Amino acid sequence: MKLPSWALIFLTCNLTFSTISAFRLSRSQPTERISGSAGDVLEDDPVGRLKVFVYELPSKYNKKILQKDPRCLTHMFAAEIYMQRFLLSSPVRTLNPEEADWFYVPVYTTCDLTPNGLPLPFKSPRMMRSAIQLIASNWPYWNRTEGADHFFVVPHDFGACFHYQEEKAIGRGILPLLQRATLVQTFGQRNHVCLKEGSITVPPYAPPQKMQSHLIPGKTPRSIFVYFRGLFYDVGNDPEGGYYARGARAAVWENFKDNPLFDISTEHPTTYYEDMQRAIFCLCPLGWAPWSPRLVEAVIFGCIPVIIADDIVLPFADAIPWEDIGVFVDEKDVPYLDTILTSIPPEVILRKQRLLANPSMKQAMLFPQPAQPGDAFHQVLNGLARKLPHDRSVYLRPGEKVLNWTAGPVADLKPW
Amino acid sequence: MKLLSTFRFTYLNRRGTTTFRSLVDGSFIPKPSPSSIFWLAIHSLCCLISLILGFRFSHVLLFFLSSTSFTTPEVNLSHLLQVKPNVTITNSRVTVGRHGIRIRPWPHPNPTEVVKAHQLLKRVQNEQKSLHGVTNPKTVIAVTPTYVRTFQALHLTGVMHSLMLVPYDVVWIVVEAGGKSNETASFIKKSGLKTIHLGFEEKMVDTWEGRRRLESKMRIKALKVVRDEKLDGVVVFVDDSNMHSMEFFDEVQSVRWFGAVSVGILLARSGNELSMVPIQGPSCDSSGKVVGWHVFDTKPYGTNGKGGVMKMMMGSKMEWAGFVLNSRLVWEEGGGDDRPSWVKDVDKLLDGDEGVDDGVLSLVKDASMVEPLGSCGRRVLLWWLRVEARADSKFPPGWIIKSPLDITVASKKTPWSDSSSKLPVVTKETKNSKPRGSKGKSSKGT
Repeated sequence: MKLPSWALIFLTCNLTFSTISAFRLSRSQPTERISGSAGDVLEDDPVGRLKVFVYELPSKYNKKILQKDPRCLTHMFAAEIYMQRFLLSSPVRTLNPEEADWFYVPVYTTCDLTPNGLPLPFKSPRMMRSAIQLIASNWPYWNRTEGADHFFVVPHDFGACFHYQEEKAIGRGILPLLQRATLVQTFGQRNHVCLKEGSITVPPYAPPQKMQSHLIPGKTPRSIFVYFRGLFYDVGNDPEGGYYARGARAAVWENFKDNPLFDISTEHPTTYYEDMQRAIFCLCPLGWAPWSPRLVEAVIFGCIPVIIADDIVLPFADAIPWEDIGVFVDEKDVPYLDTILTSIPPEVILRKQRLLANPSMKQAMLFPQPAQPGDAFHQVLNGLARKLPHDRSVYLRPGEKVLNWTAGPVADLKPW
Repeated sequence: MKLLSTFRFTYLNRRGTTTFRSLVDGSFIPKPSPSSIFWLAIHSLCCLISLILGFRFSHVLLFFLSSTSFTTPEVNLSHLLQVKPNVTITNSRVTVGRHGIRIRPWPHPNPTEVVKAHQLLKRVQNEQKSLHGVTNPKTVIAVTPTYVRTFQALHLTGVMHSLMLVPYDVVWIVVEAGGKSNETASFIKKSGLKTIHLGFEEKMVDTWEGRRRLESKMRIKALKVVRDEKLDGVVVFVDDSNMHSMEFFDEVQSVRWFGAVSVGILLARSGNELSMVPIQGPSCDSSGKVVGWHVFDTKPYGTNGKGGVMKMMMGSKMEWAGFVLNSRLVWEEGGGDDRPSWVKDVDKLLDGDEGVDDGVLSLVKDASMVEPLGSCGRRVLLWWLRVEARADSKFPPGWIIKSPLDITVASKKTPWSDSSSKLPVVTKETKNSKPRGSKGKSSKGT
């Protein structure tokens, strides 16, 4: 028997309601319309439904960090940078904070990279604190609501918990100052500390031009049944296996390494994108964190994603009916993956492919520059617009304080 | 707040049996009042339950039970989750830490599932074909001139298998020099395709040039049948010794009237400097219209030996195999769609003899209206080859050895070592019965 956590059940029960209706577009590929639990919202236009005020922070919080390491523009956490660029030139931006519904704080917390390109999160809590202190002292809007109408983009592994190791991230919990703010993050797992209620889950950044340049003609027959390229054992950090991916990736390898239907290996082929377009199913198992760019790539290339991550919350879960599009496999059922996948009726597979072929679905997973209608930026704004109007409880009485500015590990309180 | 701190303390010191002791020893509760004892009893009961169930059921339940006495109903539940000791257990079934790697007892492929997967693949590919392939597939009318000879079985098998694999309707018109023969008829019957077997009165000649002319005539006869029967589709010239790729048949579906493809010319060379395969095909300008033709130039091959043969075979004309036509082109005037003005009078070509030597290009007045196929001729979709046995070669009819072969010759040297009479020696009575060596026999029919 399981008792759900009350705090997070709102996010999850939305997933159980969805309606789909089919219609044929004028193109040759028939696609189906995508309606999530929030309705037919992928094509909504957020312009006119909300106003966002972008704080002018000193460039040490954003531009200077980017100048120090331009790799931040191409790695999978680049959403925070592109979000700011998009908002600065978007029609939803307002220069008058009095009429703004939402406030955006552009701080790049995921841009401190190791030589290998992985972001280090150790300074991020301090950076965030310092940014919040700045806006709290220079503008009255933070104190008015203690951040409840502010939103932040935290695309790191475990969101605002600011650590790459799950145990330490859970131990830290979400930064206390971000208690009331809306978080736009890639991490999503039900009943997890690092996903707070009301967060908006976004896909990780994947370079749109690079993927478009690897498209192959649609008549190339899909001849691979299951495709996966990536690590099964993280020999550097977890040589025996069992920690990495909760043992799920290792289970995939051990059970299916000699199965001709499963094209799985750890190689890095140059034809990775082309191969995905020749496969029916693409595995998207969890790694150290449950999310991965494989989901985005699978959606763009029309390969049905097989998601092996218990309790994961996928991007824009209230707008996109992931249950109808992908195949969800529990981690305990991984040894029977071949039985599960071959017992899916062909009509269901064809329907999933039609849903994936819907261009609004592919647009919603991308962060193109310049922004296009229906892309991930607009879905984020749609999500923010759906949370309007703000509840009365958002506005605090003068002098009322909810946040504890001294909570959290002592090391976080040092100025940045 | 007092109760909350009590809970925190007990969680921090949760060691099972020491729970009660620490409660009693700890001085958080100044004096045991009945209500607090009651709450502690409930709490310890819930502790036991949560130990069994594995999460903090007690905490949640008691918080809500006791929340009525608090005056802050708006306390965010995330507080709850942060009042957490360094236990890694959360409120979900997903836990952090080392997990086992689940391997099923027989981690090998199941053949039934492999079959099911292949059926799924086939279904998906059919769907793809219907979505991205040709919408209205036209019948492929294949015209093959042939005649009975040693290599006929070799060549016709290749053509037959190619045509059987074509995913569209196929009508195979086989024109045979020397009249219809049972051999050819039985061969093409095996294909299962719709075939039209025509006999051509003249027998095949020995010279290459003569063969070219005769084949042109035979093809024209086939086109007459297309006209008379009003066959609808795309006419392709499938010579029996050529080799076609499957993309060729997909590509010809897009022909409107008259198309040209690139043909790779495969010739046996005498082994000198030329290393590139000559291609016959259309050459386009940047806008995709045909401006010229790549033709096979025989000059580099010289006039000696094989080169001379090639020269006579090719001449400077273009092979029929590189062209495809819409069958309506050869229909009678006024019976069907309007023919384009750049097509000459077909009936004259078909009924007369003049157009034979110029090849099929003589049908068009304006070569620029020819449609180049296969990305404007850049893709070679078929290969032209002429390989024949010697003119005096004999082969068993129907390739069934009914009677003994004419000549059997004992082999003088065999590649395997001398082994004695252990090898079974099959002797056959022949007309010239020679004494045979013990090394077995080899028979050659030349």
